[in-house]
Amino acid sequence: MIKLDAGTIFFAAIFTNNILLTNFLGLCPFLSISRDVRSSLGLGFAVIFVMTCTTALNHIVYYHVLVPFHLVHFRFIVFIIVIASFVQLVEMSIERYFPPLYHVLGIFLPLITVNCAILGAALFMIIRGYSLIQATAYGAGSGIGWMLAIICVGSIREKIEKSAKLPKGLEGPAITLIITGLIAMAFMAFSGMIQIQ
Amino acid sequence: MIEQLTQIFFSLLILSGIAALLAFLIEVAHAYIADYGECQLSINNEKELTVKGGSPLLFTLMEEEIYIPSACGGKGSCSLCKLKVVEGGGPVLPTETPYLCQEEIENNVRLSCQIKVKNDLKIEIPEELFLIREFNVKVDRIEELTHEINGLHLTVQNSEEGLNFKPGQYAQLKIPKYTKTKQSEYRAYSIASAPKNKFDIRLLITKVPSGAVSTYVHDYLKKGQDLKMTGAFGDFYLRDSDRDILMIATGSGLAPFLSMLHHIKDHGITRNTVLFFGDKATEDLLCMEEISSFETTLPNFTFKPILSRVKDKDKWKGEKGRVTDLIEKHVVRNSSIDVYICGAPVMVKSCMDLLAKKGIPEECIMFDKFE
Repeated sequence: MIKLDAGTIFFAAIFTNNILLTNFLGLCPFLSISRDVRSSLGLGFAVIFVMTCTTALNHIVYYHVLVPFHLVHFRFIVFIIVIASFVQLVEMSIERYFPPLYHVLGIFLPLITVNCAILGAALFMIIRGYSLIQATAYGAGSGIGWMLAIICVGSIREKIEKSAKLPKGLEGPAITLIITGLIAMAFMAFSGMIQIQ
Repeated sequence: MIEQLTQIFFSLLILSGIAALLAFLIEVAHAYIADYGECQLSINNEKELTVKGGSPLLFTLMEEEIYIPSACGGKGSCSLCKLKVVEGGGPVLPTETPYLCQEEIENNVRLSCQIKVKNDLKIEIPEELFLIREFNVKVDRIEELTHEINGLHLTVQNSEEGLNFKPGQYAQLKIPKYTKTKQSEYRAYSIASAPKNKFDIRLLITKVPSGAVSTYVHDYLKKGQDLKMTGAFGDFYLRDSDRDILMIATGSGLAPFLSMLHHIKDHGITRNTVLFFGDKATEDLLCMEEISSFETTLPNFTFKPILSRVKDKDKWKGEKGRVTDLIEKHVVRNSSIDVYICGAPVMVKSCMDLLAKKGIPEECIMFDKFE
């Protein structure tokens, strides 16, 4: 494996190896929330925040708890409970201390617990053997990439809803999947630039 | 072998340890971070309550024995628990927007199950909701009125003032878990007794095939048994006006009108009152003695029963057909009357259509559908 610095991993995670558009992870909230730009932004920020923090947290848990105790095979369960408790704690704290932020992110946080992109990022960083800094950069990059993708699709969907009349069979998820596919192809054009997997 | 078992045991221990640690962290956070201390609730600028913060407004009010109607159990999907939050509610939450129209948002109407009590709140609650209470009631007697309708007489136990209700309102009767149900169930029944008797409540209960509560009342409930009842609810009640009153009922839809007639008698109301009552056969007629007593005691009351399936042997002298035939025959076009309809949804719908054709304005028609 070619050694990459954290900065390269960060950009690669946004553009060339976008977790949504090249790995197709986190599609369920993506399909349902991308109806308008406003909620897409809210969910996007929540994903960036949770992904950055949990990737770092899971890195620590994995290398300092699971590896020394030979519990690596439990990583799926452990990662999920770490993510879930982290989200719960964060939700409680921002509800108490940052009410305006809670109104933007509040309802999205519990949704994220079950977003597979978050678990995906944690598993990829283990497979690719990242250091803590690399893992954090990868988490942040993946989050930003995920937000970029949902905003692209969200704005296109909003535009379509306002201006175009779609055939009945193409409404909703159908057209969203087609748009996502086209954007994914565009993003794959970047993939020759940096290879991280 | 022993080594492998130790390994498994050890793994499980560590795993449980991690889970327990995280659960502990959340519990600690819940106790410290989610503790909003005591908050002041000011209701209708009259009542001041000091409550523990941190829970949704709906449940906080429930603790204070103020029952806001809610069908979904606080999940934010029935939109029945709307009330006005004048101050301290914060911005409208994304979970509320689907249930609020522009006008409601401007008037500070909110879903009480979605907003949490985190600071002092100033709220407005319709007066009648204060009257809603949960009561312990004892079964005084069960009276068989027809082959499918029972009159259930209940005595209110744990209250000094009893059940305050407007004639026509309903109460929710709660039955315990029994062989045919998975949990305790409740259903709404119109109150069929006089509003002045706040301790003796009568409900008319029709046996519904496979109906959880009605089956319990008909086949399992015994005299002297204790039940729970919440009330009174509903906006189907006798309004003050000087117009004549037309009441239309089928089956146990008679219940709210019995309450209204008692009220009319007790308060000496002299408005012209007509009751149309429709059913199938003579054996379905109920509370006939009570109604004929109203014919003698009330100066301006007329009772018009109508049956749809009478046999020759029944010697029925009254009208034959359905309540809609009575409307067709007796309601004068464009007359100034208040109409109250109670019974099966289909009957309510056809009566409303017919009354609209007769030029009775929609705002003068009140109805209660049994669903």
